[in-house]
Amino acid sequence: MHNKVREPLFHIVKRDTLPWYQAWGIRAIAIVLALLLCALITTLCTHLNPLKVFGTMFGGAFGSSRKIWILGQNLAILLCISLAVTPAFKMRFWNIGAEGQVLAGGLAAAACMICLGDKVPNALLIVLIIAAGIAAGAVWAVIPAIFKAKWNTNETLFTLMMNYVATQLVAYFVIVWESPKGSGKVGIINQSTEAGWLPQIGGYKYLLTILVVAVLTVLVYIYLNYSKHGYEISVVGESERTACYVGIKVGKVIVRTMLLSGALCGIAGVLLVSGTDHTITTTIAGGQGFTAVMVSWLAKFNPLGMIFTSFLLVFLDRGAGEISTVFGLNQSFADILSGIIIFFIIGCEFFITYRLSFRKPAKKEAAEHV
Amino acid sequence: MDNKIAAVKMRDITKRFGSVVANDRVWLDIYRGEILALLGENGSGKTTLMNMLSGIYFPDEGQILIDGEEVVIRSPRDAYRYGIGMIHQHFKLVDVFTAAENITLGLDEKLDLKATAARIRSICERYGFDLDPNQKIYDMSVSQKQTVEIVKALYRGADILILDEPTAVLTPQETDKLFAVLRSMRDDGKAIVIITHKMHEVEALSDRVAVLRHGQFVGDMLTKDTNAQEMTNMMVGHAVTLNIARPDPVDPRPRIEVKNLTVRSIDGIVKLDDVSFTANSGEILGIAGISGCGQKELLEAIAGLQPTESGSICYVEDDGTREELLGKDPLRIAEMGVALSFVPEDRLGMGLVGNMDLSDNMMLRSFRKGRGILTDRKSPRKLAETVVEELDVNTPGVTTPVRRLSGGNVQKVLVGREIASAPTVLLTAYAVRGLDINASYTIYDLINRQKERGVAVIYVGEDLDVLLELADRILVLCGGKVSGIVPGRGATKRDVGMMMTQLGGNEAHA
Amino acid sequence: MFDFVSFIPRAIMQGIPLLFGSTGETLTEKSGNLNLGIAGIMYVGGISGVIGAFLYEQGVGGAAGMNGFLAIMIPLLSCLLGSLLMGLLYCFLTVTLRANQNVTGLAMTTFGVGFGNFMGGSLIKLTGSEVPSIALSATNSYFSKSLPFASKLGWFGQIFLSYGFLAYLAVAIALVAAYVLKHTRVGLHLRSVGENPQTADAAGIDVNKYKYVATCVGSMIAGLGGLYYVMDYACGVWSNDAFGDRGWLAIALVIFTVWKPNIGVLASFLFGGLYILHIFLPSGTNLAVKELYKMIPYVVTIIVLIITSVRSKRENQPPASLGLPYFREER
Repeated sequence: MHNKVREPLFHIVKRDTLPWYQAWGIRAIAIVLALLLCALITTLCTHLNPLKVFGTMFGGAFGSSRKIWILGQNLAILLCISLAVTPAFKMRFWNIGAEGQVLAGGLAAAACMICLGDKVPNALLIVLIIAAGIAAGAVWAVIPAIFKAKWNTNETLFTLMMNYVATQLVAYFVIVWESPKGSGKVGIINQSTEAGWLPQIGGYKYLLTILVVAVLTVLVYIYLNYSKHGYEISVVGESERTACYVGIKVGKVIVRTMLLSGALCGIAGVLLVSGTDHTITTTIAGGQGFTAVMVSWLAKFNPLGMIFTSFLLVFLDRGAGEISTVFGLNQSFADILSGIIIFFIIGCEFFITYRLSFRKPAKKEAAEHV
Repeated sequence: MDNKIAAVKMRDITKRFGSVVANDRVWLDIYRGEILALLGENGSGKTTLMNMLSGIYFPDEGQILIDGEEVVIRSPRDAYRYGIGMIHQHFKLVDVFTAAENITLGLDEKLDLKATAARIRSICERYGFDLDPNQKIYDMSVSQKQTVEIVKALYRGADILILDEPTAVLTPQETDKLFAVLRSMRDDGKAIVIITHKMHEVEALSDRVAVLRHGQFVGDMLTKDTNAQEMTNMMVGHAVTLNIARPDPVDPRPRIEVKNLTVRSIDGIVKLDDVSFTANSGEILGIAGISGCGQKELLEAIAGLQPTESGSICYVEDDGTREELLGKDPLRIAEMGVALSFVPEDRLGMGLVGNMDLSDNMMLRSFRKGRGILTDRKSPRKLAETVVEELDVNTPGVTTPVRRLSGGNVQKVLVGREIASAPTVLLTAYAVRGLDINASYTIYDLINRQKERGVAVIYVGEDLDVLLELADRILVLCGGKVSGIVPGRGATKRDVGMMMTQLGGNEAHA
Repeated sequence: MFDFVSFIPRAIMQGIPLLFGSTGETLTEKSGNLNLGIAGIMYVGGISGVIGAFLYEQGVGGAAGMNGFLAIMIPLLSCLLGSLLMGLLYCFLTVTLRANQNVTGLAMTTFGVGFGNFMGGSLIKLTGSEVPSIALSATNSYFSKSLPFASKLGWFGQIFLSYGFLAYLAVAIALVAAYVLKHTRVGLHLRSVGENPQTADAAGIDVNKYKYVATCVGSMIAGLGGLYYVMDYACGVWSNDAFGDRGWLAIALVIFTVWKPNIGVLASFLFGGLYILHIFLPSGTNLAVKELYKMIPYVVTIIVLIITSVRSKRENQPPASLGLPYFREER
């Protein structure tokens, strides 16, 4: 008879909430460990002193004022998309379709620039561009939301597919608007007239984007933490039954929140197309729709924390990019480093939520066997 | 029967959950070829005791003997090795699988669904079950799912079969069918235990009855040697005096009028059947009944959370105007100006958000107040502080997530919030479940103060002693029907107990 | 006249990587794990095979010294090892450390694509090649070898027999996976884990073990898709980013086939066909329309997803606990 049952070496026990400094301490340890591993790998690949490698990364991110501006612009766009996906995530709606929503917004902006460039006054054109971009992003996001609210269609898979539909739609228009013909590119739109280009502030190309996103960050922070809508989102995310109990209409909140999510992605698209690139390609979002998921999640859906997490990822990207140029590695080196750091941060969350409780003396064990 | 060897002997079984003693040195014998009814009120420890036989729980103290040999049962697998199978109230079935697939799930033999189906058919023929092995679970009625669970136990060779309140989810016709197969299994020499608190089932089905009360074994006897009266007395025990204050009702006037209310669950089971009653202002209307007799549906229907089939629920204003609440959601009801508060049974899953702090939980009711798009954070915080102070909530602060509080403190927060909105109607479901004596008295006191303020209180409770001392009137539900309404003053525990187990109580029995 | 004889083989060759990917992902999802890292895993599988083949080709000094058995086994095993490690990483994070599946999957894709392109780039540098790609033509000749008499059988040979062995392996794996899922005890238990882990646990099934094994086996199968792509479809030529978004298309295919690998065989060829349809459809001078044709697989997938959720026929739904972690103590 199996009277003796082998007890596992340890149990996993859910912790009470850790004080914030301990939680961040664990995350800091994870990041340090990850950086050490990254340094090790980099040293193995380049046979260089790891300190020098980190120095190069720093140089790549902050080495010149141009580099700092680019860092700022990349940061702003990634942060903007992360802000967009956050309200949905807080509601436990897995919107991984930010990529497509940004493309839809960018496409609408490009369409306005191309079709209306010489027909309406520039100020009106810019208003139209912004409105169209926001609307397109919102429409792209709300389609899966409606199906989720009505038939509980799996939103992760739906939004994922919407990305590729958007990509192909852009690919179609890229060829329609090709210029010059046969190049496979749209080229700079309205290069001579600059119609529909968002204004530059003080001659700095990227300043507007950065300012807009800074304002959005504060607004989203307030929206999520202090507005009635934000409160409803939190309740729906935590417990749909509680939401019903206090009369919150879950379907309505899902649709409304995704409209917002898509609209913010649309703004990112407008900033990219009309603000900095002045052209449209299928890779304009550059995978940031997915990176944004990680930025948002790593910051625990806190918009202010996302400034830090998106900075971390953009810094890695730029820094590792520099390493690859300087040491003749390839650009993808950055992806490996980001991947490693994200794995460590994802993994360390476990130690924040749970603790391991090791095997107890046999007598107590029986009493706990519930 | 004395010359039989017991299939199962449970000796001095004790099981504690924290400080609560669920079973206290219980003795129980189970014989083959016999149907044993395990009788007891809610919370008397029937299910806990049987869970220790089926390997869900492990006893803290005591022995279990199977056919005279002491055994250790640590998992459902161990239980099956000794031929013990238990059919729980919540079925453990995979919806998209067929009956046969579910029945063979977790076994080690080679998968041969045809052979499995054949064996299932032979089991069905032997005992008179009606089951298609190839039917999917999601296509089945509750009673068919139950059949799958029973056949699953038999398929695994169980000859000691435990059923936890098997008729709670069945229609009378389905109940008759179940009883027929249980009898045929008994005649086949199997030992059957049914956990129940329905007297007529005990009388109709069982050969022997064992009674538990407050976790203790009260006694057992042959069913033919006893009667409903004796069993009820053993089950509810003698009245205990609790000294709960009961102020006289203040100017009672009709506030909530429920007429001919009928509610069906999603599975099509009738949960409330033609229920009518009036709840008055300044009065506590107690709702008594064994669990799952429609209490939850009744409160949720009034609160606008439960789709109803027919009937009406009217809110009566002080000036006599009446407003229909039926078919309106909680938001509409609130917008109509009906101040209705609801303390639901599921505190952290429905009434509160566990991961939010006290102050944010206060906001659940008030966050829509004010014109702007922003929420008012100050007043909920103030309210949280007031509740903490007045109700003596033991918490590190108002920014602590409520899931970290103990059960009693969680309930104080919930009740505190619900009465803070100055309701005219207060619905409470099992308001003191899991609470210690002191916390319970705090809650009784709060409810009484609401009553004195002129609130119509509907109090769903499970402890008859409390209901008899707290409520002004007691509505007894039995199987979704109103079994009777009695005054709280003067009613005896025996009367109410009888009404809970049989429609109309004594009158119907006589 | 539509040229079926040349269209079908191309559609099939296009569909094979998707078939590997979707079979692997189906097994994974049946255990309740939504592995969005499949795209990264296919990259890792491809590049691991390339590394193995490259080292072997270099080690023995070119095609002359190569042994047919080793030329196939070395890339095959390195591919399986690479994708197995990715699967283990995913399981360790999501099952043991209970991390969010979506975030973990996306991070795996970032990492996997980066790893593939980095190693690819490094190998390209190592060869000092002029073009940004590595050609492993000797290994390719072993992988793409079809039956010797296939070419003699006209259209029949071209449509059915003109592929390398991995293509037949893909079909075989898909059919075996379908059989295992539907007709064996392991399959039954695996499905119960993805549908209702509480019930599975109560029935004595080791939920975590099933999740680990299914996800790791699924990853290895998906990794073979990457290997097939490089060694056979792309004629042994690795160039960075060439694999594209086929990993995501494989996930779409899982939905499209309503989680049935046997349907996946035909569906992947259909998808492959849809993927290259734009080459065969007459579009005249309007090249833009071709881009719209490329949208078809995704739109069709969305429609399937909607229809299955609206009809809510239970067999066609995603596994009920897909994407959700399972902890016993919280039941």
